[in-house]
Amino acid sequence: MVATVKHETLQRAAEVKGRSLWVDARRRLLRNRAAVTSMAILSFIALLAVFAPWLSPHPYDEVYWEFIQAPPNFEAAHWFGTDGNGRDLFVRTLYGARVSLMVGILATGVSLLIGVTYGAAAGYFGGRVDNLMMRFVDVMYSMPFMFFVILLMVVFGRNIYMIFIALGAVQWLTMARIVRGQTLSIKHREFIEAAHASGVSNVRIIFRHIIPNVLGPVIVYMTLTVPEVILIESFISFLGLGVQEPLTSWGVLISEGAKQMETAPWMLLFPAVFLATTLFCFNFIGDGLRDALDPKDR
Amino acid sequence: MAHVLRIRDLNTRFDTPEGEVAAVNDVSLHVDAGESLGIVGESGSGKSQVFMSALGLLAKNGRARGHVDFHGIDLLSSSNEELNRVRGARIGMIFQDPMTSLNPYLTVATQMTEVLVEHRGLDSVAARAAALRYLEMVEVPEAGKRLDQYPHEFSGGMRQRVMIAMALLCEPELLIADEPTTALDVTVQAAILEVLADVKRRLDTAIILITHDLGVVAGLCERVIVMYAGRVVEQGTVEEIFYAPQHPYTLALLNSMPRADRGAAQELQAIPGQPPNLQRLPPGCAYRERCPVAEARCIEVPALREIGAGRLKACHREQPA
Amino acid sequence: MSAPTAAPILEVADLRVHFPMRVGGFLNRRDVVLKAVDGVSFALARGETLGVVGESGCGKSTLGRAVLQLIAPTGGRVLWQGTDLTTLDRAALRDYRQELQVIFQDPLASLDPRMTVGDIVAEPLTAQPGSPPRAQVRSLVKDTLARVGLLPEMINRYPHEFSGGQCQRIGIARAMIVRPQLIVCDEPVSALDVSIQAQIINLLRELQREFGLSLIFISHDLSVVRHTSHRILVLYLGKVLEIAPADALYTEPLHPYTRALISAVPLPDPKRERGKQRLVLHGDLPSPLSPPSGCVFRTRCPWAAAVCAEQAPLLREVQPGRRVACHFDAPGERAPGAAAQ
Repeated sequence: MVATVKHETLQRAAEVKGRSLWVDARRRLLRNRAAVTSMAILSFIALLAVFAPWLSPHPYDEVYWEFIQAPPNFEAAHWFGTDGNGRDLFVRTLYGARVSLMVGILATGVSLLIGVTYGAAAGYFGGRVDNLMMRFVDVMYSMPFMFFVILLMVVFGRNIYMIFIALGAVQWLTMARIVRGQTLSIKHREFIEAAHASGVSNVRIIFRHIIPNVLGPVIVYMTLTVPEVILIESFISFLGLGVQEPLTSWGVLISEGAKQMETAPWMLLFPAVFLATTLFCFNFIGDGLRDALDPKDR
Repeated sequence: MAHVLRIRDLNTRFDTPEGEVAAVNDVSLHVDAGESLGIVGESGSGKSQVFMSALGLLAKNGRARGHVDFHGIDLLSSSNEELNRVRGARIGMIFQDPMTSLNPYLTVATQMTEVLVEHRGLDSVAARAAALRYLEMVEVPEAGKRLDQYPHEFSGGMRQRVMIAMALLCEPELLIADEPTTALDVTVQAAILEVLADVKRRLDTAIILITHDLGVVAGLCERVIVMYAGRVVEQGTVEEIFYAPQHPYTLALLNSMPRADRGAAQELQAIPGQPPNLQRLPPGCAYRERCPVAEARCIEVPALREIGAGRLKACHREQPA
Repeated sequence: MSAPTAAPILEVADLRVHFPMRVGGFLNRRDVVLKAVDGVSFALARGETLGVVGESGCGKSTLGRAVLQLIAPTGGRVLWQGTDLTTLDRAALRDYRQELQVIFQDPLASLDPRMTVGDIVAEPLTAQPGSPPRAQVRSLVKDTLARVGLLPEMINRYPHEFSGGQCQRIGIARAMIVRPQLIVCDEPVSALDVSIQAQIINLLRELQREFGLSLIFISHDLSVVRHTSHRILVLYLGKVLEIAPADALYTEPLHPYTRALISAVPLPDPKRERGKQRLVLHGDLPSPLSPPSGCVFRTRCPWAAAVCAEQAPLLREVQPGRRVACHFDAPGERAPGAAAQ
């Protein structure tokens, strides 16, 4: 049955809004209480980090001689106490949040950009190109990455940008593998064949068709990468190779706090709670995203 | 004579996030020994769900109400143990995709003898001999050798034959075949249908054939039920349904099918519109929106009425066109 | 169906698609060749539909893709309006993409789930350099959607919001928007409900009449093929066994395989279906990795003779417009298994 309607009427008829798969996924995600709560908590922590300077009367690097390693004290507005150098722990925890979250997100972003493009290209072109590209990944994988990161830190200095690059350079490998696997599973699907038959160029097929359709697992993996990166950064800082003083991160704070665990437990407690909460939140969100984006549902 | 299977007023509902879906509405039917009943319908007709409900194989979010009588046993109110005794042994089932119904990790011999040992209490030697007999009955060549092979070593047609053999092992009184040949090549399909006809003749098995393919029904079945949107819309003998259809849907379906014995000169009379969406059924007769002769009174659901011996139709009109 | 104009727009000569494969375990690796399409030749006129039938593994889907160069043929020629497509590289082929289109079997899988219907249908236009401005493309998309029986207002919807039949119409719209001259239809109605099949078949016939389309209609459903095709090609293990005009093929099939196929098709007519004589084929389809010597069909042919194992029969014209690949002109008149004439 074919509609024989006048051309002008066709053009003028109001267009119906579509309901994309992302919208469906978002709806499913919002029904997951753990994920929604985690997103709320994370947003709250992020806001705290952003507004840190205004939330405390104390600058993060100022030394308060009367309050060296003092427990939480509400009159003096040292809500989390002070550290061994007399600096306010509350504001330092929030500045630490800035660094940790930034490192986590930016390093993951770097790994995403490199990994997705690399993996999609390898999977799409297949054959010897794929072989070469993935053997390179295999070789990189076999290098002890911790050693590699430490080496970079030592050679190029303890620059915060160095940390992003080092961590991103390590994380993209797994991303590339995941994306390549996903690409292999969809590159023979009929809508890709249809794109070939329509004369669409290879580059356009990769960016327009393949990548949007592999984003599901990529997004989930991203939410699991961020905590991993934060932990690695914390570990580096624990080793003393992380961000430079007076900048701080949760890893640094935990490292210092661990040394004073018996005498000044608050130094360890607060940054540790923040770190643990953040990691939990990312994990719950990752779980929620995986369920929401599960292709079996559609 | 008592019916082998009698279903009365079966209603099945599914709970979905979008609301309740009525997959089967007031369906009644029966089948006798040695008889072959065809259930014809398209997507959303409910033809498979009728038997999933009857055999206790509904998905978790489904509920069935009504009466399903199998030789005096009410299947709907039977416990799972009772159903397990009946399913496989007295009621055989064949599904569309043989690969998913066969365990890929077990040889065919194991899967077949397991059924016999479990339901018939045979020892393994006797069970293997019986399995071999049935494979030969469905014309699996070199049956002795193939017994010890794994499902993936069989072609699609052979696998379906194995499925039929397995379904027949315990000499069930009733065989329910849901689209058994849809995924098969046409020459293989013809052979499988002959096997089913042969089984019906020799073992007096009642067969229920669920399919959308009217050609298959024309060859194998004595009686036919046509379903649409979860309801029976017409029932009759195979000659009555094909040569004198009384429901507009049946008539339209027959006229819209391309046939291998008719040239392309005649344009197909396509049924307009879409198959019914069970989540958003229009009020009244579900076929109303696609029916070329729909009237004002079709806003009420037509009752299934008897217009002859065993002849039923659910339409307000006297004539289908 | 009305007769199409005579000059062939597509000529396929001895097309071959062979896939080299490795079989066997670790210690006894063998290199074999899977001959999916093995020497297929045919011609297609403007406005004509060629039906391609055969059972699983006969190579019909591979044939369709090879004609469009979506799979690179191993040998043979594909002459499209005089140009041999097999000699063109990817860049040169792109110029022809607008003339040659395809429709797939699984309606939903052939549409990118992350793109709107409008973008999907527009893609053959926007993928080419020098595509028209956005507003014009959008208008063209809406016109095309209407032409295939969809509401143009649905242009922003996503594939999963449509039914199977509607998705197939979207696929047809995508193929039609560039005004192609040939469309390869790979099982276009097999995944659809019976009542919707007729809609799509009618739509394709209408479009063919209106635009003078040539169609290659690939299907395993012999009833559908009879209804849509002018001529039909029967494939078996990559080889053509018979080519004939549609009506002639069904009323008087000449090749034993064709006879078996036609007699096996179930007719929705109880008296005729039960009364018909079926030609039974014995045995299983041979593996495409090791096809029988000589005539590929001989292992299942009731009239196979010694010569059938020695020599592969050529496709020869036994009646005007009908070609059959069999050593015997009337195999049915010999007793099964009788000595060669």
